[in-house]
Amino acid sequence: MARTQLRATDGARDSSRGDHLTREDRAGLLRYMLLMRVSEERALTLYKQGKVPGSFYDGCGQEAISVGAAYVLGPRDRMCILHRDLGAHFVRGVTPDRYLANYMGRSGGVTGGKDGNMHFGDRELGCVGMVSMLPDMAQVTTGLALAFKMRREPRVAMTFFGEGSTANGQWHEAMNFAGIHRLPAVFVLENNKFAYSTPQPLEYAVDPVERARGYGFPGVSVDGNDVEAVFEAARVAAERARNGEGPTLIECHTMRMHGHGAHDDMSYVPEELFEEWGKRDPIDRYVERLTAEHGFSSDEIDEVRRGVEAEVEEAARRALDSPMPEPEMATEGVFADAWEPLGDGQAPWSHWRSEGHADGSGNGSVREAAA
Amino acid sequence: MSPQVATEDSAATGVREMTYLEAISDGLRTEMRRDDAVFCLGEDVGPFGGAFKVTNGFVDEFGAERCLDTPLAENSIVGVCVGAAIEGFKPVAEMQFADFISCGFDQLVNVAAKMHYRQGIAVPMVMRLPSGGGFSGGPFHSQNPEAWFAQTPGLKVVAPATAEDAKGLLISAIRDPNPVCYLEHKGLYRHVKGEVPEGEHAVPIAEARIAREGEEMTVIAYGSAVLLAERATAELDEDIEILDLRTLAPLDRDAILASARKTGKVLVAHEATQSCGIGAEVSALISQEAFEDLDAPVRRLTTPDVPIPFSPPLEQAVLPQLDDMKEACRELLAY
Repeated sequence: MARTQLRATDGARDSSRGDHLTREDRAGLLRYMLLMRVSEERALTLYKQGKVPGSFYDGCGQEAISVGAAYVLGPRDRMCILHRDLGAHFVRGVTPDRYLANYMGRSGGVTGGKDGNMHFGDRELGCVGMVSMLPDMAQVTTGLALAFKMRREPRVAMTFFGEGSTANGQWHEAMNFAGIHRLPAVFVLENNKFAYSTPQPLEYAVDPVERARGYGFPGVSVDGNDVEAVFEAARVAAERARNGEGPTLIECHTMRMHGHGAHDDMSYVPEELFEEWGKRDPIDRYVERLTAEHGFSSDEIDEVRRGVEAEVEEAARRALDSPMPEPEMATEGVFADAWEPLGDGQAPWSHWRSEGHADGSGNGSVREAAA
Repeated sequence: MSPQVATEDSAATGVREMTYLEAISDGLRTEMRRDDAVFCLGEDVGPFGGAFKVTNGFVDEFGAERCLDTPLAENSIVGVCVGAAIEGFKPVAEMQFADFISCGFDQLVNVAAKMHYRQGIAVPMVMRLPSGGGFSGGPFHSQNPEAWFAQTPGLKVVAPATAEDAKGLLISAIRDPNPVCYLEHKGLYRHVKGEVPEGEHAVPIAEARIAREGEEMTVIAYGSAVLLAERATAELDEDIEILDLRTLAPLDRDAILASARKTGKVLVAHEATQSCGIGAEVSALISQEAFEDLDAPVRRLTTPDVPIPFSPPLEQAVLPQLDDMKEACRELLAY
């Protein structure tokens, strides 16, 4: 814990002194974190009501990581988003109704019922969805990044994984390949203290961020419950990547506040850990910071919160109205008839507007601007 | 399935005799010249030219980036292919030996194969798999892993037996928008020669080929077993048909059933082990769809369910030999 506290107060990582975020950006960061929290709470309710087949997985307590990291990306960047990272989907433009419908196996879900829970990625928004084997998507990310490098395009491939998956050999393969070719990749390591129930002392002997040096690129540790600290680390990493300086491993210290899945009672977690990290809730902390340092009023904060709650409630209605898929769909789509490019993601960071880029909400205009 | 047979392709300019190995190189080179999106990667494929020299000279012509030496990490090779394919490249990966695809199994079976079904994302990529035994390669350099992949929805599996098809199927595999496992039998590399169309020459995936016409029985084979069947029939002087499957997934069901109905007797032959192999699927298909037309039970000639042993007498005892093929044909003809 000492490391985390030290890093949390590290001035060099406190971007509030920088000018990379506008007031609107900060409201956006809060909004996306809330959208993740409230959507996952709503999904958990649907699960408890028996409307979610299978189990339920969330990223409660980790909202700052997926939101802060995804926020730096431009439209043409690409992501492989993992199961604690719903905020990244929202930043890129997925709407909560499609997330909730996916959990319920409805036709309106991102995969149309083909896959469940967090196993989705909207191809129209520049995302390649995860598989259960971890960290397989780190390897795919190196392939995306190699493509950008071969075409000399200033684009970034970003992915997430937990500290648990750094034990898998595929993690080594991906880091090694990224290091050899100095790929434009950003690897976001969510150290949430447990691999399902297995505690860190049984996961690794050396903190995985230390290994980055062994692959020939920097590893940085940040407070994963500080959205601006994550944003800043990801911003620097993405800039490095775009400049041809290679990959970065960003370790975000956090705590998984819920079970691995909703079926997990977390009996293995010491109570003090919940108390300690409960006080460091990323959303509560950001609200305090916005009011104390950036002149946000409590009314403004409440307005964001109410807006999110209304949006999620409406989304849940739409998701519940979405029909179950037709059984015939089960045998369709095994093979592709043609290759098509991914669409571009939403890029809400003001940077993408201020640099003459398109507004980040569409596809065609964005692609033109970036071409 | 856009590709045309070579002789109908205006871009094919003539024919040249080449080995099966040269035909693979020629197919890959042709596509890399034609399409900048095609690149190859694998262990030692760069300046060394690959363990079997398929990519000999490629670095000089295409540069190190498009003929990329990779670390010894098969899941990385396959995962890199997936990512690059999503972004519009058409990677052709060489597994140094087909056996090593087991180390990349996860990326191929879980990530690549299911990508389009789950997300509508096409991954055009080719896994070149130098397969097969007969040279004392032992249990880890002799395997025929096609059944693993024919059982995986989302993967196509091809296995050429001739030089012409080695080129034509590789070109079609590269142009296909799906992950394709391309099994190139090492025993055919330098032992099989043939006239191969120059230039663009694509052999359609999922179309079997009648290698020899006959009326009395059919040998349904692929890869090295086609050569074995051709040698056997040349010595037997019987009216035997040979159907070369060429593509193992998806199977050319029509061609299989048509030949089975015509001759009424079928021997399915392959070098891969027997249980749950391609032969099992072909036999089941014929039993189910052409039962009334059969004059004999469908027979199989395969390697028994054992790892491929090292020592020559042991290896020869399990891999189908010419005499085994002749005997199996005689038995079926006499039934």
